Amino acid sequence: MAWVWFHKFGSPPHFYRLATRLTPWAAWPALLLGLAGLIGGLVLAPADYQQGDGFRIIYVHAPAAWLSLMVYVVMACTAAVGLIWRMAVAHAVAASCAPIGASFTALALATGMLWGRPMWGTYWEWDPRLTSELLLLFLYLGYMGLRNAIDDVPRADRASAVLAIVGVVNVPIIHYSVIWWNSLHQAPSVMKFGQPTMPASMLIPLLLMLAAFTLLFAALLLIRARGEVLQRERNARWMLEALERLSTHDGPPTRDGPSAKGVLVGR
Amino acid sequence: MTVNLARFFAMGGYAVYVWPCYALAALVIGLNIVAARRSLQRAQRAARRRLEAARGAMAP
Repeated sequence: MAWVWFHKFGSPPHFYRLATRLTPWAAWPALLLGLAGLIGGLVLAPADYQQGDGFRIIYVHAPAAWLSLMVYVVMACTAAVGLIWRMAVAHAVAASCAPIGASFTALALATGMLWGRPMWGTYWEWDPRLTSELLLLFLYLGYMGLRNAIDDVPRADRASAVLAIVGVVNVPIIHYSVIWWNSLHQAPSVMKFGQPTMPASMLIPLLLMLAAFTLLFAALLLIRARGEVLQRERNARWMLEALERLSTHDGPPTRDGPSAKGVLVGR
Repeated sequence: MTVNLARFFAMGGYAVYVWPCYALAALVIGLNIVAARRSLQRAQRAARRRLEAARGAMAP
């Protein structure tokens, strides 16, 4: 039964329609949760007993760092599905992940530097956590560069998928770097077993921001993946339908629209 | 109220670190939204051009 779902998801027209319909369901909750998280994090949460108000950087730093890892895992998994089952939609999703992931990795690094300066006395240290996160940024940029260098989309899909899958070994290294090695960076405070090391007034805004960033990523991914799916598509019929639906928002469809459909399908 | 607002923006002396973080986050989120929508529009325009080219080639 699961295979029915799998094949439906792999069908470009079905994916395109589903992505169009789902986007607002991710975007609007992201906005609302983000606003709630901002109020909770900047106004309602008490100052930290050691870091004062400086700890409030966590509400953008931790969600950005979480996305940097989560987006990479999504990219590597969808790239693997695309490679194994030759599924164009999966490749389209993987390719859409990279620019989003790269930007949030850069944000995690930048906010981390701005947090490190007052707390550790330095913007940068060649520390296991910081170095492996920087490597993650280079993996994203390498993935995007490789795709850019290959004009043929199916070839770019296969080559970049291999890079994405190989690079996934870096993800557990980043996550466990603060436990395996002596790191300046603090140990995880949410993603760990047992009790979180934060009171609810600090933790709830953080969870809201994590949810908001994750839903924002979903919305961005759905928008980008639709474009990537169109790029890979050669079957004119559903594309014409998708684009016509689009143009009905701007005005009535052109006079020769409906008859052209027959021409393109080859009847 | 003004005292409270000033205190809020001072962030206990960490204002120069906290606010740039939030500004950068807003920038990255805004650019992501613009870039995602642009890339979709680009793909839609390219698809429309392909369809029109195919229509032109197949027309009698």
